Amino acid sequence: MSDTPALLAAGTPAPDFELPSTPDQRVSLSSLRGQPVILAFYPADWSPVCGDQMALYNQILPEFRRAGAQLLGISVDGVWCHAAFAQDRKLHFPLLADFEPKGEVARRFGVYREQDGICERALFVIDAAGTIAWRHVSPLGINPGADGILDALDKLAAHPTGERP
Amino acid sequence: MSKLTVPVGAHDHVSGPADAPVTLVEYGDYECPYCGEAYPLLKAVQHALGDNLRFVFRNFPLTEMHPHALHAAELAEAAAAEGKFWEAHDMLYENQEALADQDLARYAHALGLPNTAFGEAVSGRYDAKIESDFSSGVRSGVNGTPCLFINGVRYDGPRDYDTLVALLTQLAGES
Repeated sequence: MSDTPALLAAGTPAPDFELPSTPDQRVSLSSLRGQPVILAFYPADWSPVCGDQMALYNQILPEFRRAGAQLLGISVDGVWCHAAFAQDRKLHFPLLADFEPKGEVARRFGVYREQDGICERALFVIDAAGTIAWRHVSPLGINPGADGILDALDKLAAHPTGERP
Repeated sequence: MSKLTVPVGAHDHVSGPADAPVTLVEYGDYECPYCGEAYPLLKAVQHALGDNLRFVFRNFPLTEMHPHALHAAELAEAAAAEGKFWEAHDMLYENQEALADQDLARYAHALGLPNTAFGEAVSGRYDAKIESDFSSGVRSGVNGTPCLFINGVRYDGPRDYDTLVALLTQLAGES
């Protein structure tokens, strides 16, 4: 078992990654440079609280888009599981499969739960230059809502890259 | 800790005294089954607390998941314009399995709303109010429905009758 790195703090460059979003498409973080990115790590497809969290973000997508931000959901579930989940819940944003090597990206952000084999319920807002602007880890069973994300995006809009006080 | 960003005001649907020591705000969706489950429970809690509780309902329709939620909310707002919000709110939750447009039109008639009221409502007459409720919820940390705020703070604890009555009674006693 590898050592789990500490939770990455605001001000840290976000580690780049590339993960499958569908059986034949991959998304890399660096390809999204130039706009804020919201990474929503969640423990699993289908569990009721996660469903609510992703459904909520799905409903709030227009607000994220107004801020120019791209939302990415990430869990250790595989692409076919994600595809079925996204179709069932009518999700309009990518779900990335941190499936092989399992939890590798979550581990790099310091949000992998070795003992459970799933990632934490953790949010990262990454600025247009790829630096972590805000992050929050919620208790596993508590859906964090979206207020923290929107506040972080507001701050980014007020102080774009490099000008953060 | 997430907090209510828009205080309870004249724009809100309120049941109970304005000076009640405890205010419970629900963000709800008429088609959400968990809101449906919470409906009789919150009624019982209101009954138990009596004048110690002010109960407020705000719209949080999850329209991607619930195809009838928006029209149901629009009907309730149309009823509010006639001073019948709570009758409509109760009727919708008591008939949650039947929220298609023809059902809603029937409820509009049963509530004695003007003939044109439902049509105007589903054309968007009250959508600014519904969107403003939704947006205040998002900014306050609503994390699914129903979402409860007790005296302005999001409540993430157990939602059973005994817990809620004990907590709210204690808060009423402290104020």
